[in-house]
Amino acid sequence: MSPLKATIRFIVNGERHTVAVEPIKRLLDVLREDLHLTGTKEGCGEGECGSCSVRMNGELVNSCLVPVLQAEGAEIQTVEGLASSGALHPLQQAFLACGGAQCGICTPGMLMAATQLLSLNPNPSQREIREGLAGNLCRCTGFTRIIESVIAAAAPPAGPARQASHAR
Amino acid sequence: MRTGEKTRIVGAAVPRKEGVDKLLGRARYVDDITRDGMIYGATVRSTIPRGLIRSVTYDRRIDWSEFTIVTAADIPGKNHIQMIFADQPCLADGVVNHSDEAIVLLAHPSKHKLREAVSGVKIEYEPLPGVFTIEQSERRQIIVWGADNLIKSFLLEKGDVDSAWSGAAHIIEGEYRTGAQEHLYIENNGMIAEWSQTHGITVWGSLQCPYYVHKSLLAVLDLPGEKVRVIQTETGGAFGGKEDYPSTLAAHAALLAIKSRQPVKMVYDRMEDMAATTKRHPSRIRHRTALDQHGRLLAMAIDIATDAGAYATLSSTVLSRATLHASGPYACPNVRIRSHAWATNTVPYGAFRGFGAPQAIFAVERHMDEIAAALSLDPVQLRRINFLHKGDTTATEQLMREPIILDHLLDRALSESGYYGRREQFARENRLSPVKRGMGIAAFYHGSGFTGSGERTLNSVAGLDVTREGKVRVLVASTEFGQGTNTILTQIAAETIGIDYDDVLMAPPDTSMVPNSGPTVASRTSMVVGRLIERAGAQLVARLRQDTELGETFTRQEFFSACERYRAAHGEVVSLCRYQAPPEVFWDDERYRGEAYPAFAWSIQIAQVAVDLVTYAAEVEQFWTVQEVGRVLNPVLAGGQIEGGVAQGIGYALYEKVILENGHMANNQMTNYIMPSAEDVPPIHVFFEEIPFSHGAFGAKGIGELPHDGPAPAILNAIRDATGVGFHAIPLLPEDLFALLAAPEPVAEAAAR
Repeated sequence: MSPLKATIRFIVNGERHTVAVEPIKRLLDVLREDLHLTGTKEGCGEGECGSCSVRMNGELVNSCLVPVLQAEGAEIQTVEGLASSGALHPLQQAFLACGGAQCGICTPGMLMAATQLLSLNPNPSQREIREGLAGNLCRCTGFTRIIESVIAAAAPPAGPARQASHAR
Repeated sequence: MRTGEKTRIVGAAVPRKEGVDKLLGRARYVDDITRDGMIYGATVRSTIPRGLIRSVTYDRRIDWSEFTIVTAADIPGKNHIQMIFADQPCLADGVVNHSDEAIVLLAHPSKHKLREAVSGVKIEYEPLPGVFTIEQSERRQIIVWGADNLIKSFLLEKGDVDSAWSGAAHIIEGEYRTGAQEHLYIENNGMIAEWSQTHGITVWGSLQCPYYVHKSLLAVLDLPGEKVRVIQTETGGAFGGKEDYPSTLAAHAALLAIKSRQPVKMVYDRMEDMAATTKRHPSRIRHRTALDQHGRLLAMAIDIATDAGAYATLSSTVLSRATLHASGPYACPNVRIRSHAWATNTVPYGAFRGFGAPQAIFAVERHMDEIAAALSLDPVQLRRINFLHKGDTTATEQLMREPIILDHLLDRALSESGYYGRREQFARENRLSPVKRGMGIAAFYHGSGFTGSGERTLNSVAGLDVTREGKVRVLVASTEFGQGTNTILTQIAAETIGIDYDDVLMAPPDTSMVPNSGPTVASRTSMVVGRLIERAGAQLVARLRQDTELGETFTRQEFFSACERYRAAHGEVVSLCRYQAPPEVFWDDERYRGEAYPAFAWSIQIAQVAVDLVTYAAEVEQFWTVQEVGRVLNPVLAGGQIEGGVAQGIGYALYEKVILENGHMANNQMTNYIMPSAEDVPPIHVFFEEIPFSHGAFGAKGIGELPHDGPAPAILNAIRDATGVGFHAIPLLPEDLFALLAAPEPVAEAAAR
């Protein structure tokens, strides 16, 4: 039993990788099983929960829905690529201070979604944060402290528009 | 007693103990762990709800010699999971009682081949008729459990209910129903088992209660205690859903590991987890209430029925908690509560945050608003005039010895939410708008810790030791699954001893290393286990003072050098404490009277809801929650517990519907079982009032379950306020709103006289 392997070249967290993998694998499987980057989690396997979110070529993707062949030549960032030289990323610091992580299983995906959101919109409103994170389910927090964490990590300091809640 | 003292670490927002590991993605959940030579396990499950197994055949096109195959015949010990009753088999043997019941286990190195093999096992059945509703079960035309389908019943009587009706100014009746709810922890159930001739069986898994799993493995595998080791891995959410089910999964993985002689990993995918594991008990609760002319409660007759599913699991204790929360936070001289848990041919229902209380509180708090409407009273005032106060007795005639500040919590909730102003505004605006807004309230308590004599029976042990590297370690089997066990217990230890937060670590949650501090359930960890750690810390310091001349005041360096002197003279530095019941706790299990809980946490919740009469969607726009949970040990974690519980309660009320077809969950995917997302959960405004509880750690009471109890009735009461229509069942989906609101039929008010 020697299934045909495909050779995939891609950049993960700034490092070049060449892996020979079964072509049926999902990007999620290759990250976890072949690169041993187990920070990216599987919650549902059908693109609903967002726990497996990674950034690929500047887009947020559910890595459980990406056949690994599609990742050929891609530049990918996972949760392991957020902190640099031992220092927590500002979002990680904010999640720690504000209580944005509880059980932690949605956290890697949530951090990637928040990173993506802030890369497109450095100063999002609460409404925009809720929209930006709507594809990432958290069963523990009720999202309140996740939203606070994103606000805290965003630059510059809070203006009055960001303080307004979305509802009347 | 240190509850009134100023503290350095307790009460501070110290960061989550394991937070950095979780944020860096290096926390190790069970699916992140690999053992040398590890293979994978899978489960062949029943496709019918009830019947006799006639044959098991294996598809000839598959080379079964590559697979490890386990059936009930391979079980060396008892074929049942050790919970309260010994009725649930580890693997079905000749008969199945629910859909998705485990029959055959398979293991193989390839996940892909394993999937194919599961569908290559053919099981033939002789179907038997099943029961699927409470009503079918209580009719007893088909008996599916024991002699009469009745898994458990309680009767609780206070005063003389029968004599109260004739003198009542009003008698109000109502029937309320709640649906099943899936935990939907984002990490599915998973377990790894490894067998060795010398060490016996070791399991690593996602679980709440290491010693529950330990107990079940002893029985199923027929092994002595020292040959069974259970280690909790980082656990990605539980909410009660990993209280009893992991005992089954651990036994399955262990059986495969023993037969294959290889480590076996079993991790469910989402569809299997949703179809095969426990959920919240559906309920039907009937109220008949007598009131005087002012709206004071004279008598409450309450009838509770829960759907327990096919096996007893925890249904008796869930029913108990439902019974003990059914009359709400009210003083009533005459109360009768009858409750029954009925067997059906569905996957057994189990523990879920609140544990029977959310069902009971939904009914009583909806009923209070129906009473208010029938009597033309303000729902706030109706509650206020009936609130329990210190010196009153509950339905079990438990004397309320500690202060109760429900009036204050209510005042605070009303003012923080601007309740009356908003109600007026909405009443004005609703006339002209297709969007109807309303405000709804719920008042409730949640009993902290095990019920009645439960904590005495648990007889928990917890403590501390000091490592040679100069760290204090917390020795507990109490687990972290997001709620904050690690952080809270290390805060308590550091505070009590007088060292830094970073000087304290958690010992691994491993039954070979930590004592049995009881299950991590029932909002007991902060109050009960925390208190054991507080006592163990004080005991350790006292011993060091006695044996090593540690001074009255000391630095952390002096503390750790005293520990080293102690170690040199006496050996390991360990301080263990065993549970001591508060002196007043007395409970009569036969008559269901006495001290049901050592402490109660109290809450008032208010929901602002908009019902759109174009889309028939109901949206919670704002939510206020005020609670008294004793001392708040960590404000960030406590706030997070409340917000998370409220969000789950919103899902319970408006989104989450388990659809059963022939006893099988038909919508067992996140695509069609909908939990609230960041866009569905409103701003949640959280306010704490603190009254330290004298027998809890630094004054703590239970917190984790309380916030899930109130959102459903508060939301449906707000919908009543918005639309004038009382809805009596959850989940309340747009189609349910449409059915009543679109049809211009007269809406039946609760019967009043």
